[in-house]
Amino acid sequence: MSASNESVAFDTPARERRADAFAMWIFVGSEAMLFGAILLVFFMARISYGAAFAAASQRLSLPLGTLNTVVLITSSFAMPLAHLYASAGRWRAALWSLAATVLLGLGFLGIKTAEYTMEFREGIAPVLGAPFTYDGPDRVHAEFFFGLYFAMTSLHALHLIGGIVVIAGMLMLWTRANEASRLRRVHAIGLYWHFVDIVWVFLFPVLYLINR
Amino acid sequence: MNFGIPFTPPEASSIAGSIDTLFYTLLAFAIALGAFLAGLVVFYAVKYRAGSKADRTGERGRSLPLELTWTVASILIAFVIFGWGVVLFLHREHPPLDALEIAGLGKQWMWEFRHPGGQREINELHIPVGKAVIVSLASQDVIHSFFVPAFRVKQDVVPGRTTHVWFIAEEPGRFHLFCTQYCGTQHSEMGGWVTAMPPEAYAAWLGNQDHAETLAADGERLFRALGCSGCHGNSSKVRAPDLAGIFGRPVPLNNRQTVIADERYLRDSILNPKKEIAAGYEPVMPSFDGLVDEGEMQMLLAYLKSLSAPATGEANQ
Amino acid sequence: MSTEALSPPGYLSEGAGPAAWLLTTDHKRIAWLYLASLTAFFFLGGAFAVLMRVELATPSGDLVSDDSYNRLFSLHGIIMIWFFLVPSIPATLGNFLLPLMVGARDLAFPRLNLASWYVFMLGSMFALFSVLAGGVDTGWTFYTPLSTLYANGFVSMAALGVFIVGFSTIMTGINFIVTVHTLRAPGLTWFRLPIFVWTMYATALVMVLATPVLAASLILIVLERVFGIGIFNPALGGDPLLFQHLFWFYSHPAVYIMILPGMGVVSEVLPCFSRRPLFGYKAVALSSMAIAVFGFLVWGHHMFVSGQSAYAGVLFSFLSFCVAIPSAIKVFNWSLTLRKGEISFETPMLYALFFLALFTFGGLAGLFLAALAIDVHVHDTYFVVAHFHYIMVGGMVTAYMAGLHFWWPKLTGRLYSETWGRIAATVTFLGFNLTFFPQFVLGYLGMPRRYHTYPPEFQFWHVLSSAGAVVLAIGYLMPLLYLGWSMFRGARAPANPWGATGLEWQTASPPPPHNFETTPKVSRPAYDYPMKGLRHEKFSPHKEEAR
Ligand code: HEA
Ligand code: HEA
Ligand code: HEC
Ligand code: CUA
Ligand SMILES: [Cu+2]
Repeated sequence: MSASNESVAFDTPARERRADAFAMWIFVGSEAMLFGAILLVFFMARISYGAAFAAASQRLSLPLGTLNTVVLITSSFAMPLAHLYASAGRWRAALWSLAATVLLGLGFLGIKTAEYTMEFREGIAPVLGAPFTYDGPDRVHAEFFFGLYFAMTSLHALHLIGGIVVIAGMLMLWTRANEASRLRRVHAIGLYWHFVDIVWVFLFPVLYLINR
Repeated sequence: MNFGIPFTPPEASSIAGSIDTLFYTLLAFAIALGAFLAGLVVFYAVKYRAGSKADRTGERGRSLPLELTWTVASILIAFVIFGWGVVLFLHREHPPLDALEIAGLGKQWMWEFRHPGGQREINELHIPVGKAVIVSLASQDVIHSFFVPAFRVKQDVVPGRTTHVWFIAEEPGRFHLFCTQYCGTQHSEMGGWVTAMPPEAYAAWLGNQDHAETLAADGERLFRALGCSGCHGNSSKVRAPDLAGIFGRPVPLNNRQTVIADERYLRDSILNPKKEIAAGYEPVMPSFDGLVDEGEMQMLLAYLKSLSAPATGEANQ
Repeated sequence: MSTEALSPPGYLSEGAGPAAWLLTTDHKRIAWLYLASLTAFFFLGGAFAVLMRVELATPSGDLVSDDSYNRLFSLHGIIMIWFFLVPSIPATLGNFLLPLMVGARDLAFPRLNLASWYVFMLGSMFALFSVLAGGVDTGWTFYTPLSTLYANGFVSMAALGVFIVGFSTIMTGINFIVTVHTLRAPGLTWFRLPIFVWTMYATALVMVLATPVLAASLILIVLERVFGIGIFNPALGGDPLLFQHLFWFYSHPAVYIMILPGMGVVSEVLPCFSRRPLFGYKAVALSSMAIAVFGFLVWGHHMFVSGQSAYAGVLFSFLSFCVAIPSAIKVFNWSLTLRKGEISFETPMLYALFFLALFTFGGLAGLFLAALAIDVHVHDTYFVVAHFHYIMVGGMVTAYMAGLHFWWPKLTGRLYSETWGRIAATVTFLGFNLTFFPQFVLGYLGMPRRYHTYPPEFQFWHVLSSAGAVVLAIGYLMPLLYLGWSMFRGARAPANPWGATGLEWQTASPPPPHNFETTPKVSRPAYDYPMKGLRHEKFSPHKEEAR
């Protein structure tokens, strides 16, 4: 969406900006269906294997999970800041807050990687044929839980990476884009970024906080 | 008369007739409606063809009364068809209590059946006429589907759970058995014949089969071989529940819930006992996942069922 | 305006050469990019179908091996659904006409539009690769655990292809929704929109909201095959039925993606050739939205005998009957549109009438399937195959042909041969019924689908069906020839050859690069054909050729 720069279809930039925002909302709605579907799978499974899931979720690292939540929420403040500055025409400030957003995003990914490696060591990562040496109750459904955990978190991570790449691209083209389109892009990517954060805010309690 | 060209499938089960009645009624409705619409369109097409003299004065094309009429009419007709379909469908859910239960196992790409008496057959199923037969279905690998067109019954066979289909054959004969859920390379070869025979003939047939042990007896042997009896036997030091009469009985669990010990429960208790722990017992029972295949599972279930009073047929759905 | 003589070359002559086409952001040219690729896929899928029919002419499997047959129907289904029918009308006619019909210069996001085509091509490369590399043998439904644990084809590859194509579908959907909301010409209120726009809008909504669910289920399949995450694998605690729920939650709404646009086309063609306003405009418009909404609630009707609870079955059956009502309303309104008309039977009209017949028939078959007790018997038999071919081929593809002929003068600025058009339409209609009607009989007799070999007593009906497929093939090959000829040699078309209403006819054929010299203003309802028997100067292609 932010890809389309000054489409011939619109007569005024204002109308185009509104159209961009609108399109972004539709896209977010579409994405919501994607995660919604997988969350639905998770809940259906959790209803039938509640105990196993609860026990398995104890094995996830609560500290790291919480830390990541904090990091991402902070990035959710940096992002609107960028939009604020951009609309105020304070471009360098906007630039810096975008950079901050990207860094926080990268931080999140770093922590997540650390978490994954830990889980592989503990043998609770039933993926890529890694040995699954979980000793808790109802091993089978615990494995199911970890399967879902990796599916959901990696999908979320992919979306985050996507966001980071787009922002990075924007920063590359920053000087070349005129101000109107800069503003439009910041606005559009901002919506997307918030969405990705909100998804995490859902995933965190769902995965980490089963009766804790 | 029909030159060996089949037009309708044989009606060989107790429900086939009633299902055909619904089908042909619907067919009549569809044809009538189709004919009416076609007639209407052709009539207009001729009467109002370009250049015809027909009178064309009239308002813009809209008419609330008409819209309401056909909307309401469609809704009513639709709901009648719906209700009729449901009534015949729910029949599936209530097999007679005295039904004869045969274990059916689907695997790529064959059907294996075991009669209560232990007789085993492959891609052939012999059943008595006029007696309700429940086939309890399990799958070794992928999803299959048990389909006997002449009986108008079909049921998917899903790995990891037991499903059931039941029917009463009304006339002797040999009928097609198909697998209708696409299951890989030889999906279309995965079929055979259902042979419905008069009860006495069926009994005779059972007699002639090389007499293996009954399914339950095999189950009992397994029950010892696998060491179940070591714990569940009355002379064991491990405190394990006595399984006599377990099937169909409500079982209190340690999480203050109570479940009916149906096939699902028994299966889970064996494959992953930790899932539901019977109240007042230690979760020491090991999982037999991987140690018993679907065939053996069916034997164990048959044995556990045989431990309880006969008429608990209603519990198995 | 409609009597303006030979039109200027328009958008077609704006720059030639590959770059001018492959890098264009003009929705009209992108429509052509899609048209070319989709036609190729249609004939590829059709070729698979013909091979299947030849194999099925005899009970034993003598032409191809069982594995090859399984690959044939899987690829046939995958290609025809995702690489032809889902994008068919929206990406070609929709892409070309939506901006014209709402009086806009282009779609809201021209670059996104071009991107969607490249994404589509990327996805189709994956699909084609999996075809060439050895094919897929899961059926188009990818049921687990077969697709995850047992299938030996290039499942991940094909799934990835479908997944990528999903993105292009979503892009198109977003583009359409935004365009309809933000770019309507002054005076063009919602209830003055042509039904085609309404159906495109409804389709786009379904595309945007349903496709991601398909994406989710395909992701999970690939994760399971590649990373060993056992979400659908009972041995790992997963549940195979979960996949079916996800898949059908997408695929049922998807079937309405595959019919709504066709309904839109027919709603344009019928009024034009009976020179009457569409009967019950509002009812037809709103029923499209109703279909889009209800379509999301009925997925379970594909799983009546899957082992889902009987009561879920009852609920889904009920909702399936509800979703049938809006279609019923449409059928009746279309029929009444002919009343007091001044009906002529050019090719598009013939196709439209055939659509009416075949869709109604296929839809009624849908009622049989929705009736629980009957579905238990005919589920996964040829009855189902016949049902969806009546609707998808007899309905949607026929409507696609109707639209292609109706707007051909606008697309190319040239006329096609009416005589050949009428012959082709009739041949298709006859061939179609000969192909698929016998499959209803087969289905009720209990002939299972996806069967490489079958009991000999079914052969008679299979032979009829195979014979029909050949006739059908001819019916589809003919337009390829005479339309292709017209593209370069056909007589020039005026702006409005059919004397139709609608903004797209008020600009030249072919339209100028940005569609309209001046943004049109709208003050009248759609289908504003003259009433009370006023004669209406109507253009006849043959007169024109004579000039
Ligand atoms: C464009 C595609 C399309 C469309 C529009 C439809 C429309 C409908 N479909 Fe179909 N369907 C498919 C494509 C489609 N279907 C496909 C591809 C499959 C198989 C998938 C697979 O397994 O591979 C399938 C399978 C399928 C099944 C599962 C069969 C099985 O596998 O056992 C069912 C069951 O309910 C069903 C029902 C319906 C109904 C009720 C409608 C309704 O929307 C029809 C509405 C139309 C009418 C009703 C006709 C017009 C109305 C009148 C003439 C007035 C009279 C009407 C009344 C009195 C109500 N369809
Ligand atoms: C969505 C669109 C669509 C379309 C348009 C078609 C079109 C056709 N389909 Fe099919 N079909 C499906 C969707 C579609 N189908 C789906 C989803 C399935 C289920 C798959 C599954 O089970 O997983 C299916 C399954 C299916 C089956 C059942 C297979 C089985 O279950 O064993 C059959 C059997 O007859 C069949 C036949 C046909 C025929 C004869 C046509 C004809 O209309 C085709 C007409 C077109 C042509 C004939 C092309 C003309 C050109 C040539 C023939 C020349 C050759 C060209 C070259 C070599 C370049 N289709
Ligand atoms: C190590 C001892 C041990 C062995 C061996 C054992 N069980 Fe058990 N079983 C138990 C205990 C203890 C329980 C009660 C706790 C529970 O429900 O898990 C139990 C519960 C069950 C139950 C549920 C009964 C109820 O009332 O809840 C069934 C059914 C069962 N076992 C069947 C079997 C079968 C069949 C085998 C052999 C394949 C077997 N068991 C082997 C100890 C054992
Ligand atoms: Cu087993 Cu198909
Ligand atoms: Cu459906």
